[in-house]
Amino acid sequence: MKIESILATKSLNVITVGPDQSLREAVDLLAEHNIGTLIVVDEAGQPIGIISERDIVREAARTEAVLGQTVSRVMTRDLITASPEDDLETVLQTMTAKHFRHLPIMDRERLIGVISIGDVVKAQLDKYQGEVDTLQTQIIEGQV
Amino acid sequence: MPPVGNEASPLRVAIVGSGPAAFYAADHLLKQNGLKVEIDMFERLPTPYGLVRAGVAPDHHKIKSVTKVFAKVASNPRFRFYGFVEFGKDIALSDLRGHYHQILYATGAPTDKRMGIPGEDLKGSYAATEFVGWYNGHPDYHDRQFDLSQERVAIVGVGNVAVDVARILCLTPEELAVTDIANHALEALSQSHVKEVYLLGRRGPAQAAFTNPEIKDLGNLADADTIVLPEEAQLDDVSRAALEASDDRATRKKVEILQGYALRKPTGKSRQLTIRFLVSPVELIGNAAGKVVGMRLVKNALEATAAGTPSPKATDRFEELSVGLVFRSVGYRGAALPGVPFNERWGVILNEKGRVVDPETKQPVVGEYCSGWIKRGPTGVIGTNKPDSIETVSCMLDDLARGSILHPSEPQASKMEELVREHQPKYLSFVDWLRLDEIEVKNGRAQGRPRDKFTRVEDMLAALGR
Repeated sequence: MKIESILATKSLNVITVGPDQSLREAVDLLAEHNIGTLIVVDEAGQPIGIISERDIVREAARTEAVLGQTVSRVMTRDLITASPEDDLETVLQTMTAKHFRHLPIMDRERLIGVISIGDVVKAQLDKYQGEVDTLQTQIIEGQV
Repeated sequence: MPPVGNEASPLRVAIVGSGPAAFYAADHLLKQNGLKVEIDMFERLPTPYGLVRAGVAPDHHKIKSVTKVFAKVASNPRFRFYGFVEFGKDIALSDLRGHYHQILYATGAPTDKRMGIPGEDLKGSYAATEFVGWYNGHPDYHDRQFDLSQERVAIVGVGNVAVDVARILCLTPEELAVTDIANHALEALSQSHVKEVYLLGRRGPAQAAFTNPEIKDLGNLADADTIVLPEEAQLDDVSRAALEASDDRATRKKVEILQGYALRKPTGKSRQLTIRFLVSPVELIGNAAGKVVGMRLVKNALEATAAGTPSPKATDRFEELSVGLVFRSVGYRGAALPGVPFNERWGVILNEKGRVVDPETKQPVVGEYCSGWIKRGPTGVIGTNKPDSIETVSCMLDDLARGSILHPSEPQASKMEELVREHQPKYLSFVDWLRLDEIEVKNGRAQGRPRDKFTRVEDMLAALGR
C-alpha cells in the first residue's frame, strides 16, 4: 500500500506558517484547525522545518515570554519528507525508528500534504482488519 | 426543519454502485439502533456486486461467498435495488438531490493506468482489466477478442490482478471447466496456444504487491511450471536491511515462497510461468502490421528514498523479450462522475474521510459522500472496504446529527420509483436479480459448474421477459 491511498482521503489543505511569524500566530493556527503540527515554509513555499505543539510547550517551560518568540527559534530543521509513491510499511518503520509523528509529503518540488503516524497506523490496521474480515467471511460463508 | 431519521421522516440515502463498498455502507447504516433509514442502491448493470462478480477470478469461488453477506443486507425491507439504472444517464445528480437526504458514491476504479511507453497501443497490447472483464462475463467486454494463438504473453505488474491473469492463462481447460468463467472465454481459452507467460515486476520480491495465498497458488498449477530466476529472487541490500529492521512476517513469507520457486527445476509441464523482478518495459516492439512482437526491458536497481522506500532506478542494461500479447496491470483509476468533484491526481472523488469536498472552498459538499476505491484509490482486499465504508457512514451520521443534510423536495420512496420507471422502464429490482441468479446457478449445476453467467444485457432482460 502506498502513501497516496492515505492522501486520497485528505482534502490536501496543508496548514503552513512562516519562520518569522510569532508563536502566538502558530498557536492560533493550531487551535483554529485543531491540529498538532505546522509545516514551516519559506517565501517560495518550500518546507524548511516543522513545528509541533510539543516544541511550543518545551519553549513555554523555559520562558513565560514564549508567545512572542519566532517560529524559527523552536522549529525542527532537519526535515524528512516522503512522496506519494512511498510504501506505507517503510514510512511507518522510518517514523517509528526516528521518533517523528508527522511527515510532509512532497510531489516533486511541491508540498501537497502532511500525514501523521496516526494516519499511517489506521491505514495499516484497516488493511489487516480487511484481510481478517475477508478470510473470516470465506470460512463462515464459504461452506458449500 | 423537523428531525430526519424517524418513523415519520426516514433518512433517505441513495448509494451509487453496488460493489463491496456500497453494500458494507448500506449494512452499517441499516444496523444503526434507533435510526429509521431507507436505502436505494443504483447500479449501472442489471446485476449487483461490482468486482466480486466481474473482478474476482472464476477459480476463486470461495472469495465470492461474501455475496451471501450482501444478499442478507439486500433482503432488508428498508433496502431497495435499482439495477440497470445509470447515474449521469438515466438519473442525474439533481434527481438524487431532489429525493434523498444523503448520496453516497461507491463506483470503484473502473479504468486502468497506462504504462506511458512507445508502442503501448499496438495490436495485441491490452489493459488487464479488459481481459478480466471478458473472462468474467462483464457485458461491456463481451465482444472483445484476444489473440490466444500467440505462444508468449507478458503481463506488466505483479499485483493480484496480474497474478489472476497469469493463472487464468495457465489453467487447463479441465480446471477452467469447473469454474463460473464466461462461456465465450472458456471456449477461447480451451483453444489457447499460450505456452510461456511472464509476470514482470519493476521492483524486487519483497516489494511485489501480490498477497501470499495468490503467489502460493501459482506453485500448484496442474500443467504449468512456475519459474523464478535465482539471481532475481535474492534480496538486494536495501530490501534486506528494510526486511530485517521490520517484523513483517507476511513479506518474509512471500520472499521465502519465491526463493523456493527459484530452486525448482522445470518438470516438463506444457506451460511455463516465469515471474521476473527488477525489470521495466521501456518500449513495445511492433511488426509491419502494427502488432506486438516483443518488448524492450530495462533492468532496475533499488535505491532507498528519503523515507526509506526501496525505489526502482533504471540501469544501463537492457534486454528484449519476444511476446505476442501484452497485458498491462500497473494500477487502476476511478472515473469522474458528472457533477461530482474529482481529484485527477489520485483518480478519486475529492474527499475528506469520505465527505465529498468542494475544490474551490475546500469545504465539504452537503449531503454527498464516497467510499471504497473511488474514495481511497484501488488498494486492499474486499474486506478493506468495510472499515473504509464505516468511516464514511460515521461522517454521514455525524452530519445528520448536526442537521447538515440535503432537504429534498420529494423524499417519498414512491416518487423516486416513479422517476426511475419513467427514465428506465426496464430497471431490475433485487427480486429480479435473484431470479437471474437462480437461472445462472441452475444452468451452471447442470454442467457441474457453480454458475453459468449471463454475459449480455439483452439476454438478462430476455430471461426476465422484458
